[in-house]
Formats: sequence, C-alpha cells, structure tokens
Amino acid sequence: MDSSEAAVEFRDVSYRLPDGREILKDLSFAVTRGEILILLGRSGSGKTTALKLVNRLLRNSSGEVLVDSRSTCDWNVIQLRRHIGYAIQEAGLFPHYTVERNIGLIPSLESWPEEKIRARVEELVRLVGLDRELLSRFPHQLSGGQRQRVGVARALAADPTILLMDEPFGALDALTRSELQHEFLALQQRLKKTVLFVTHDLNEALLLGTRIALLEEGNLVSLTSPNEFRNSSEPLVTRYMRAFGAPLDQLRGGA
Amino acid sequence: MNLWNFLVQNRADVADLTFEHLWMVGISTLIAVAVGIPLGILIARKPVLRNPVIAAANIIQTIPSLALFGFLLPAPWIGERAGRLAILALTLYALLPLIRNTYAGIEGVDRAVIEAARGMGLTDWQLLVKVQLPLASPVILAGIRVAVVISVGLATIAAAIGAGGLGELIFRGLAMVNNTVILAGAIPAAVMALAADVALGWMERRLAPQRG
Repeated sequence: MDSSEAAVEFRDVSYRLPDGREILKDLSFAVTRGEILILLGRSGSGKTTALKLVNRLLRNSSGEVLVDSRSTCDWNVIQLRRHIGYAIQEAGLFPHYTVERNIGLIPSLESWPEEKIRARVEELVRLVGLDRELLSRFPHQLSGGQRQRVGVARALAADPTILLMDEPFGALDALTRSELQHEFLALQQRLKKTVLFVTHDLNEALLLGTRIALLEEGNLVSLTSPNEFRNSSEPLVTRYMRAFGAPLDQLRGGA
Repeated sequence: MNLWNFLVQNRADVADLTFEHLWMVGISTLIAVAVGIPLGILIARKPVLRNPVIAAANIIQTIPSLALFGFLLPAPWIGERAGRLAILALTLYALLPLIRNTYAGIEGVDRAVIEAARGMGLTDWQLLVKVQLPLASPVILAGIRVAVVISVGLATIAAAIGAGGLGELIFRGLAMVNNTVILAGAIPAAVMALAADVALGWMERRLAPQRG
C-alpha cells in the first residue's frame, strides 16, 4: 500500500472497552492527503472513538493507526497531538482565557516569539471571519457561532497538516451551521488540510465530504464519494437517504 | 467593669493573645493548604485513592477537638510545645474542606474543556496548572474559607492545653464566672472569623466572573 499518499491510515484497527465490548471491529481505511473524510454514523457507531484513536486520546486494542506513515504508538503523544488540529462540539474553549489566548495557547507552549504569536492569531481570526475586536473577549461573551469559529482557529493555530473535527457545528442553529459549513469549505479550498470529520448529519456529510465512511456498530459499512453514496444500493445507505428526506427520484436513481 | 474598659486596660495582653491566635490559624492554614491541595489533586488523578483519603479526612473531622488535642499530647517533638500541638490539630481539621473542595473543583471542570486541552497536546502538568487549577480556584478558595472560619473557632480550645490565643480569655472568664472576660476573648475571635469570611468571600467572587 502506498502510505506516502495517506496522511492517516487504519489497519485492522479494533477497539475494545475494558469490559470486552467491541466498539470498533477490524477497521481499515486510508485518508488521502488533502481530502475531507467524513465519518458518518449514528450515536454509538464508533465514529468518535475512531477519531480519538488518531490523536491517541484512546489507544487501539489491536491493529495499527498510522499518522504520516508512523504508528501512533511510535509517536511521542504530545508531539502527535500538537501535529494534529482538534476541534470539538461546543468548541471546548478555555473559559478563563480570552479569545486571543485560546487561539495562541499552543504556539505559546511551543515557545514561539510573542510577535509571531500575535501575528498568527490575527491572521487566523481573519481567516475564520471573526472581528478583531473579539480578541479580548472571553468565550461566554461570544455567540455559539463565534465560539465555533474560535474553536476552528485554535485547531489551526500551529498550522497542523491534519485536522480532526468532532461534530464541530453540531450545536448550532441551522442557519449559522450552514454559514459555517460553507465557510469551512472555502477555507479548506485554500488550506488543503487533511480532515477527518465526524458527524451524524447526512446533509453535512454530503456537503463537506470528499468521501464518506459510513460506520454502524463499529463496522465500516461503506466508503464512497458523496455521489456514489447518493446512488448506493447498500440497504443502510438507502435508509439514511430516506431518513433525511432525500427526494424519491434520487433514491430510485440508484436502486 | 464593662467590656470596653477591660479591653482598653488589658490592650497589650489582648493584642498578644490575638496575635497568638492569628499565628496558630495562619500557620495551620498554610500547612493545610500545602498538604490538602496536592492531596485533592492526587485523588482527582488516581480515583482508587479517593475513598481512603476522603474517609481518613472525614474520620479526623469527627474526633472531638478536645480529644484530638489530648491524643496528640504524647507525640514526640510535637507534644513538647503546646503551640506545635495546637497547630497540628488545627491543620488536621482544615484538611477535609481543602481536600474535598480541591477534588470537587477539579472534577467540576467541563469535560469538553479537558478533552479539548488533551487533544491539543497539553501535558498533564500544563493541563493542571493552565486549565484545571485556574478553573477550580473559586471552589478551592471556598474550601480555604471554610477551613479558616472553622480554625478561628477551634483555636479558642487550644488554650485548654496551654497554647494561648484568645481562648485563654474565654477559659479565664469561665473560671472567674465573669462574662466580660469571656466576651473579651469571644468577640475578637468572632470578628476575626467574620473578617476572614468576608475577605475570602470577596476574593472568591473576584475569581468567579471569569468563568463562562
């Protein structure tokens, strides 16, 4: 397998809880550099678990997770995590830090010079479409959409090549979510990061994904492009399409 | 003789006893903070230790104070001086609120925040000093406040083993059946407790608005 093309690769990865319950079963797939790979599935399908194996918030029970062709076990865990951006639902911003310090934390821990951090923070704030005035605010003084933007900016701070996103837009109202999704796509056009994106929202998956990995009870059911997904005859996929109210002719088109 | 006249006439004496009192409370609180906060952090990290540590601190708390002073009397070095003994006893009593509040404060930090911090690549130490302790600080401070207020009251009993402090006036007044002398010890102690409560409460509120 050509691993230089894959930024992240799962090889026969299983994850079991201490009580023996298997959350992920022999998962194998590769994330191509520069693509947005969606991990789609219902709650409990194992999609978040798979994501956390990449930055070793969880450790796989068997198999191998490779990041830049190196097994996550061979990485220094702190270096691994700083090498990968991480954005989650509700953003998880530090409530006692201003927006500026939230975004600049990792650069400052990496002892970048003060000037470079400030320049980077301002660049990122512009990039995610936030007003400079917000830099001195605390997270509780921001709207939900602003918080998520800060969360994305923070994940991008040290310029990682890989981004992990766990339902980053999940807690937003429909309109704000749609705005952020489109802005994220535009951002990705420029930045060309490798993105692993967890969601349970089919529309989000179809909109953002280069490819969609559908998980069910820890198994990879299908891994397709959004177009193939729409036309798939895989029973679970058609159920998804129906649940999200896809037009009937689109469903029939593939069946 | 009214209280005011008594205080004025014996001002040097009262000032000495007040200082002794403050000294016992201050030193014991400092030691309790130095021991209790790390213990609270430890049990937040190692859940196995939580129950035994909390149970031990709880048991100490249930020992009547006069009995605890007595128990510690035979201890080497500590037992030699009443002051040391009183400070040790006060420290032991102050531990429970400190351990419990440090633990509760750390456990109370939003899971998403911890998760994000770990995922971003903070080391355990950075997570502790940059995220957990600052966010837990209002709760920890509330623990210190409780500990100080308890200590100011308990320290009056230290006079029973000859450790001095404002309790001396209270015991003297009891022996003389003289309410003025009792009040000359009790009122400054009460004022001290109230002042500590107000000051630490103010600090607590100062720290709180930063939370989201």
